[in-house]
Amino acid sequence: MKMLPRLLASAALVAGLALPAAAQDDPFQVGFIYVGSPGDYGWTYEHDQGRLAVEEHFGDAVETVFLENVPEGADAERAITQMILGGADMIFTTSFGFGEATNAVAAQFPDVYFEHATGYMREHPNVSTYNARFYEGRAVLGHIAGHMTESNIIGYIGSYPIPEVIQGINSAFLHAREVNPDVEIRVVWTYTWFDPAVEADAAQALIDAGVDVLMQHTDSTAPQTVAQEAGIISFGQASDMIQFAPRPRVASIIDNWAPYYIRRVGEAMEGTWEQSDIWEGIDTGMVVIGEMTDAIPEDVRASAQAMIDAIAAGEYHPFTGPINRQDGSVWLADGEVADDGTLAGLNFYVEGITGEIPN
Amino acid sequence: MIIDPVTLIVALITVATPVLLAAIGELVVEKSGVLNLGVEGMMIMGAVCGFIVAHETGSVAMAFVAGMGGAMALALVFAVLTQVLMANQVASGLALTLFGLGLAALLGSGYSGLPVPVASRPFPEALQAIPVAGPILFSHSVLVYVAIALVGAVWFVLARTRAGLVIRAVGENHDAAHALGYKVVRIRFATILFGGACAGLGGAFLSVVRVQNWFDGMTAGAGWIALALVVFASWKAGRVLLGAWLFGGIAALQLRLQAAEVGVPVALLDASPYLVTIIVLVIISSDRRRAALNAPAALGRAFHAAS
Repeated sequence: MKMLPRLLASAALVAGLALPAAAQDDPFQVGFIYVGSPGDYGWTYEHDQGRLAVEEHFGDAVETVFLENVPEGADAERAITQMILGGADMIFTTSFGFGEATNAVAAQFPDVYFEHATGYMREHPNVSTYNARFYEGRAVLGHIAGHMTESNIIGYIGSYPIPEVIQGINSAFLHAREVNPDVEIRVVWTYTWFDPAVEADAAQALIDAGVDVLMQHTDSTAPQTVAQEAGIISFGQASDMIQFAPRPRVASIIDNWAPYYIRRVGEAMEGTWEQSDIWEGIDTGMVVIGEMTDAIPEDVRASAQAMIDAIAAGEYHPFTGPINRQDGSVWLADGEVADDGTLAGLNFYVEGITGEIPN
Repeated sequence: MIIDPVTLIVALITVATPVLLAAIGELVVEKSGVLNLGVEGMMIMGAVCGFIVAHETGSVAMAFVAGMGGAMALALVFAVLTQVLMANQVASGLALTLFGLGLAALLGSGYSGLPVPVASRPFPEALQAIPVAGPILFSHSVLVYVAIALVGAVWFVLARTRAGLVIRAVGENHDAAHALGYKVVRIRFATILFGGACAGLGGAFLSVVRVQNWFDGMTAGAGWIALALVVFASWKAGRVLLGAWLFGGIAALQLRLQAAEVGVPVALLDASPYLVTIIVLVIISSDRRRAALNAPAALGRAFHAAS
C-alpha cells in the first residue's frame, strides 16, 4: 500500500516526460533517475547538484532531464525506458536498487550509456558502476563520535542491510572503539532510504535507548531535527546539512559527484567512454568531510584532520588489521588491509558490535 | 536492555496523531456514504500549506488553519467532482491524491530546510516532570489533545445527536434520506470538507510539529494507512483511536526493539498493521450481516436527486 502513491506519482511524471524523439543535431541529453527528491537536502540533493554542475560545465551542448521519487524495482525499468524514448543519450541511475532495471534496459539500448550509482552489476558493455568510499568518511565520524559520546552509546540509523551500509557501521564503530574502549553502537533499520517521519521516529527510539551521538545512513534531515530537540550531537549525511550546525550537526560526510559526472558525460560525448567500476573516496574528493564545528574539542578536530589527511594520502586504510569478525574469528591479520572485493560484499559485523544484521 | 514503556507510549501517541486525525475525518466522510481515496493528497497539501504558513508567519496556530484550508480546497474539488458532476468516487479520489502530491511538490519547492517556530506544549514543565504520568499525559503538543478530543466529539455527534443521525441516514440510504427532505449533496459537501480539514490538520502536524521540515512526498503513505484504519475500525470512532495507537505502537515498538537489540523479524513487524487490516477485512466480510451492520450501505455510490 505504501508503494502505491509513489508508483502512481512516477507514472504521472513519466507520462509528462514523454517528449518526441530527439533529432540528430539536438544537444546531448543526460537523464537522471532519482530515488528521492532533490528537496531531501541529502542523498538526492547531492546528485542533483552534480546534474546542475554538468549543465553549468557544458552549457548548451548538454541538456539534462531528471525523474524524482522513482521506486526501486520493476517500475524503474519503465521510467528509464521512457526517458530514453524521450531522447536521453546517457542515463545515471542514482540508487542501489536500480541495478536490475538499469541492466535490463541497457540490454535493449546498446547505444545509450548507463551509469549506476553504488551498484555492482555490469552485465552489458554500456553499463558502468560508480560508488564512493563512504566508509572512509565514516571512520572520521566514528573517531569524533568515540571522543564525544558521554553515554558511550552511539546510535546509527541504517536504511537497508546491504554491504555499503554495513561498511559504514563497521568503520564508524571500529574508529569509535579505537579511541573509546567502552563505546557501543546501536543500529535501527528503517527499510527505506527516505521517509522523514520514520527517520525521525528511529532517531527518537535511539535517543530513548540512551544514545547521545547519532549517525544516519538515510537521506533526509529529519533525524537532525530530533537530535537538536534532544540536545545530542549528530552528523550530516550525504549532504552537508550545514543548517543544523554548529549543533547538533558537528561534522558531515558529503558525497561530491559533480567531478565524476562532468568527466563521464564529457567522455560519452567524445566517444571515449569505456565501461568502468569506479570506487573513489577522500583522495579524489568524491567523499568530503564537511566543516567540523567548534562543538568538537580542538584536539579531536586536529586528530580527525590527521586521519583525513592520512586517508587522502593513501597512508591509512580504515579497514586495517587486526580486525576480528563479530563471532571472534580473524578477518584481517595484523597490518592486513581489506580488499575491495570483500568490502563490496561485506555482510558481517566486526567484533564488539552486539546487534545482529537482519536477513 | 529493556524498553522504557513510558517513552514508548509517548512516542506511539505522537506517531499515531497524523494518521488518527486523517482517519477520524475520513470516518465521517464514509459515514455519509462517500469514499474519498484522496486522503494522502489532502494530507500532503495540509503538510505543505501548514509548513509554508508556519515559516512565513511564525505562528503555529496559523499554520494549522492554513493546513486545514489547503486540504479543504482540495476536498472541495473532490466534492464538486463527485457530488455535482457525479464523477466516480474511486477514480476522483485517486486523482486527488496524485494532484495533491504534485501540487504540494510545486508549492513547497524552495521551502525544504527553512526554519519553523516550535509548537508550544500546553501544560507547564512542572506537570511534565511528574514521573510516568507527566510525559504520557502532559508532554504533548496541543494538536495531540485536539485529535483525541475530536475522536470523542465525532463519536458523540454520530451516535448521540440528530445531526449524526442525518449523516448516517445519508450514508445508509441516500434515496430515503432525500425522500425525507434532507439535502444529501449539501450534507456530503459538509462531511467531505470536514474530512479535508482533518486530513490537512494531520498533514500540518507532520510537517510543523513532528518533522519540522518540508520534504516532497513526506506523508509517505500515511493517508493510505488512515484509509485502512477506517476499515480496520469498522467505522467506529473509538476503534479508530485504538487502531491508530495500535498501528503507532507497532511502529514505535519495532524501532525500539531494534535499538534494544532484541532479535525480532523487522520486516514482519513493519508489515503487521497491513496484515491486521487484511485479517479484520476478512473477518468482517465473512459475516454478511455484520459487514452490513458496519459499512455504510451507500458507500461509494453516486446520488442522483432525480431518481
